[in-house]
Amino acid sequence: MIRMRWLVPTFYILFLMLPIYWLVSMSFKTTNEILGAFTLWPQNPTLANYRTIFTDPSWYMGYVNSISYVTLNTVISVSAALPAAYAFSRYRFLGDKHLFFWLLTNRMAPAAVFALPFFQLYSAIGLFDTYLAVALAHTLFNVPLAVWILEGFMSGVPKQLDETAYIDGYSFWRFFTRIFIPTIKAGIGVAAFFCFMFSWVELLLAKTLTAVAAKPIAATMTKTASSSGYELGLLAAAGTLTIIPGAIVIYFVRNYIAKGFALGRV
Amino acid sequence: MTLELRQVGKAIGPEVHIYPTDLLLEPGQFNILLGTTLSGKTTLMTLMAGLEKPTSGQIWFNGRDVTGEAVQKRNVSMVYQQFINYPNFDVYENIASPLRVARLPEDEIRKRVTHISELLRISQMLDRRPDELSGGQQQRCAMARALVKDSDLILLDEPLANLDFKLREELREELPRLFAERDCVVVYATTEPTEALLLGGATATLHEGRITDFGPTERVYREPVDLNTARVFSEPPMNLATVEISNGVCRLTETLSWPAPAILSDGKYTLGLRPHHVSPVQVQADWVPVESTIKVAELAGSESIIHFESYGNQWVSLVHGVHPFETGAAAVLYADMAHAFYFSPDGKLSAAPTVGYGRTKEGN
Repeated sequence: MIRMRWLVPTFYILFLMLPIYWLVSMSFKTTNEILGAFTLWPQNPTLANYRTIFTDPSWYMGYVNSISYVTLNTVISVSAALPAAYAFSRYRFLGDKHLFFWLLTNRMAPAAVFALPFFQLYSAIGLFDTYLAVALAHTLFNVPLAVWILEGFMSGVPKQLDETAYIDGYSFWRFFTRIFIPTIKAGIGVAAFFCFMFSWVELLLAKTLTAVAAKPIAATMTKTASSSGYELGLLAAAGTLTIIPGAIVIYFVRNYIAKGFALGRV
Repeated sequence: MTLELRQVGKAIGPEVHIYPTDLLLEPGQFNILLGTTLSGKTTLMTLMAGLEKPTSGQIWFNGRDVTGEAVQKRNVSMVYQQFINYPNFDVYENIASPLRVARLPEDEIRKRVTHISELLRISQMLDRRPDELSGGQQQRCAMARALVKDSDLILLDEPLANLDFKLREELREELPRLFAERDCVVVYATTEPTEALLLGGATATLHEGRITDFGPTERVYREPVDLNTARVFSEPPMNLATVEISNGVCRLTETLSWPAPAILSDGKYTLGLRPHHVSPVQVQADWVPVESTIKVAELAGSESIIHFESYGNQWVSLVHGVHPFETGAAAVLYADMAHAFYFSPDGKLSAAPTVGYGRTKEGN
């Protein structure tokens, strides 16, 4: 019985990895092989799909655009959330609990609700089809999330730490940057990770608010057919590359995430 | 160098945390704030430090009004009950931090940190992070940071409360030595009467946001001005009962009586008797027998703490030796009424015990 203990997790992991394996394997096949026969692994492995992506600007600019607005969004969201979360964790003010909850409700509306107003607004003020447009639109749900996560981490830091710093002579800003931010760096890592992920996978707003110059990779991938017919191998390669940034970010924040879960806020 | 509170009060909305308080604290001794949890010790300390602004009154330091002055300008130090250190700095940088903010030269900083870390016996762990230290060492680090600069006012808010017994004893013994050569006002908050007595100095007792008594610790213990002071300054809690005095005789019940202190006039009083003056053994003939029902007897090593009910009052006896009792058993305990306090109905002290403290009845 004990010997068989590996069985269930193995099956589970196989089950989870199967679609990813299929995607990666497809990315090394030609479209003909994909459509032609059922093969478990590429019979004639080819890097042609990847070559196309890395040489054709209409493909690789998709990644550049996505990474640009996602990074911009993460920076804006976390910087805006830091002082807000500090206020929520340290001060009592009129309506603070309601405001905190209201912030969260912003996450509850589907993005489609906001697509039209954002589109109209950004077109009117000339932000349409810029990185900033998508980054700002994504702060709508990322700032509340970051505030929520950071508030949890900040409340875990005793108020006496702030007081001790003031007693030692630190000004507020010096304390905040020299002591407080390093103290909650795990929380900042977790918040940044979630902002990155949600912005990276969000498609609707990103697609609506861009045309050419800031077009995200996911939008590029939706043009499934071209003049030469279906290019499934190419799409699979693009999909594989889309997973990589997320995987890299997860690798860097994995320890912080564990800590975040332990604090019960993530 | 003195710290003076003039009618200092603190209210948050309609809730009063500290009632207007006058207090004059002197350097060269421990000024102890003794009170239970939520009695306002920490609030009073944050007011003294300038972390919060009083809603009324003024704070004077060295003849200068410092009310509302930013804490950064005040040259104070504070040690909290929780071990507060900067987690991203190592111990050396933690201790050096107030000096760095004050922009002292590097060699001066090193000299001072070395000196203070030797004094507090943490010189071996200067390159560690606070979370790699034990609780006692973390608190030593916090204390070193508080002592490294020449503060005018040092506030210690139950610094030993979160330490285990042995470390507490150890650090408490060192405390007087640490402050001996300093010209500063030291305020020490504690919930434990024993700690106040061991540290000596002056004690202010706090009860529900009011300072009930302030004076030399010995005096406050021997002759508390009122019932609340006596209760705050007794652990386990003081035994209380309503008694009636007429014609020089004090009665607890119709049949239970003993001679009343001569200075008391007839009337109703509240009797207060410290737990160690009640015993299951009659040592002296004048000890008054009280019929009791045992609630619970806790045997703590060489001491017994016996909780019992007697004539409708919940009393406690604290005695040396092992005295096991069955819960619910009937027993007779003996009260040494010569050590009783008598408080008038409005709570003021009417008579304190006059025996047993190296003073004669005549001398009092």
